[in-house]
Amino acid sequence: MTVKSVQKDTEQLTLTLTAEFDATANRVWQLWSDPRQLERWWGPPGYPATFVDHDFTSGGNVIYYMTSPEGEKYHGWWRISDINPPGQLEFVDGFGDSDGNPNPDMPTTATSVAIEEVDGATRMTLRTKFPSEEAMQQLVKMGMEEGLTLAVGQIDEILSEDVSSGIRA
Amino acid sequence: MVVGLENEKTTDLLFHALSDSTRRDIIVRAMVDDYSVSGLADFYAMSFAAVQKHVAVLERAGLITKHRRGREQLVRSNKDTIRTAYGLLEDMEKLWRERIDRMGEILAEPEEGEDK
Repeated sequence: MTVKSVQKDTEQLTLTLTAEFDATANRVWQLWSDPRQLERWWGPPGYPATFVDHDFTSGGNVIYYMTSPEGEKYHGWWRISDINPPGQLEFVDGFGDSDGNPNPDMPTTATSVAIEEVDGATRMTLRTKFPSEEAMQQLVKMGMEEGLTLAVGQIDEILSEDVSSGIRA
Repeated sequence: MVVGLENEKTTDLLFHALSDSTRRDIIVRAMVDDYSVSGLADFYAMSFAAVQKHVAVLERAGLITKHRRGREQLVRSNKDTIRTAYGLLEDMEKLWRERIDRMGEILAEPEEGEDK
């Protein structure tokens, strides 16, 4: 079992996932830094990814598209915010047009990856922050500011209900 | 990205709807009570038509539903959809678990991922 732990913070809308691989840190880093390896795992099955640009430097852009079984192309981008091979990578990713221009109406996620060798294996800790945090927090905060205590209570209730069981799943 | 491609449109609508402070305010109010669009319009320094437009965006995203009481159309928040925003965290976990599985498969190849 590669994935060792998963933590979901529904308040911060953050997913933290720890995986361990039987490989060196450098080898695990290559999965990210080599676009030909990256495109073998990034896209879901049936939606292979093709990385067109792959500027793995701080501030660099990564541009890719995924191709659906029907041949439709979905364009995506990353913006590297921090990079320190082979231990650390941080990027924001989202959908965009074929030139890699972000679509401002689509949500983005911020992901940080830490890779470290521990007891002969390599641990990869991945932290992804979901974009609606701000919107959701504002929603709750606003309710409190306006004294809508009942609404806040209801929101709290909604947020505490069954969040982990995937209501729509 | 984080969501299944088939959900992309829904997610797009959802986040677009949540991106505006007036619309978030409408959601909060319509959780407490049922309001007509003109009742909601009293809260905001904007035209009835503008509020009606916000309500339409929320309705398209599934964040509110409208129902009829007598001659009035009343607006009510849809808690299932608000919850769905949280369900997206589940989707993200699934996506990354699958990616990590594929990473593990590549690493398990004898020739350091050079083939194929």
